[in-house]
Amino acid sequence: MKIAVLSGKGGTGKTLVSVNLASVARSATYIDCDVEEPNGHLFFKPTILSEENVFVKIPKLDPSLCTGCRKCIDFCKFNALAYVNNKPLVFDEVCHSCGGCVLVCPEQAFSETDKLIGKVKIGKSKKVDVYTGILNIGEATGIPIINNLLANKETTIEKPVVIDCPPGSACIVMESIKDADYCVLVAEPTLFGVHNLNMVYELVTLFKKPFGVVLNKCLDDENPSKLFCLEKNIKILAEIPFDPELGKLNSEAKIVAEKSNKYHDLFSSLLNTITKEVLYETTTNS
Amino acid sequence: MKIAIPVINKDLNSNIDASFGRTNYFLFYNTETKESVFVENTAKDSTGGAGIKAAQTIVDNGADTIIATRLGQNAAYVLQNAKIKIYKAINGSVNDNIDALEKDKLDTLDNFHKGFHGRGK
Repeated sequence: MKIAVLSGKGGTGKTLVSVNLASVARSATYIDCDVEEPNGHLFFKPTILSEENVFVKIPKLDPSLCTGCRKCIDFCKFNALAYVNNKPLVFDEVCHSCGGCVLVCPEQAFSETDKLIGKVKIGKSKKVDVYTGILNIGEATGIPIINNLLANKETTIEKPVVIDCPPGSACIVMESIKDADYCVLVAEPTLFGVHNLNMVYELVTLFKKPFGVVLNKCLDDENPSKLFCLEKNIKILAEIPFDPELGKLNSEAKIVAEKSNKYHDLFSSLLNTITKEVLYETTTNS
Repeated sequence: MKIAIPVINKDLNSNIDASFGRTNYFLFYNTETKESVFVENTAKDSTGGAGIKAAQTIVDNGADTIIATRLGQNAAYVLQNAKIKIYKAINGSVNDNIDALEKDKLDTLDNFHKGFHGRGK
């Protein structure tokens, strides 16, 4: 069972939900796909077992073969090539590794070379396997790291894979939820929260993923995100209160489900609800 | 001397645009013929690498000099490779800047900011 946890903006509680879901499972795999700012490891403090570098292909020019036809320059939609002094200049940082310039060059003047963009750290924290993706600063995209993180992950109902997604609804999030069996959308109780919830709601609907919402930072006042769910008939999986005790534990990088019975129960019940949803989806769609 | 200047409006009396990669037009001013040509900046709506594409327009139009408020490192790298001289704009209109350059009163620009790659999405 692969559970992706996402939200339209940062700071809504994706990592809180992901880390605690993995923690209350009998055993689990936690994957931090927020490669620009991975922070799940701060809670798990895993023993690192191995590290793997992640490379992308970037073009390398052989100037002696270039005839200056500019086909590569015209092709590159990322503007990673400029034509100066009768030959292309390659901007590695802007290149998205599409390989197009290599294909369109009639003289085969480009070859491909590896460029390091980041790494994946694999660790263990009690019964949780912790995978952390780290994108080097200044790189164009973390998608190759996410592909590495998500490749070949064995999972069962008893050992869920929890995918802590990057914020937003851009390509990098689409890549993170691609193989998910279920999506958990985390939302804040504000109008801005509704706007961001709607972004990921549209995304999971487009991807035809089964999903539900966790309402975080809930107060006694009216909750616009809850109203949104009721209006759209979206399943509310759990409501996490706006609670100083939780805030304090979380800010000390402690796993709240390990420190408080109340939250252990809340996240266990959330995991149960999600498991039932996934089993229901499997039965009805198989 | 053929000077390139980023401008919002096709008007020599308007101000220089502080943005380079995402400006509306480039003015190409020929100091010998006094001829002004405005060229649309096709890089304006690029999702990334706008500075590089805008610099390509400057190179392709044969400018040997540019006056700009600020430039990114990538754009500067393209322009420097093409041996284009880069001057820092002063407050005032496009005309004031051309005047100042012709009287040798502009400083060269040699501080280039890092790109905003992906951070403006």
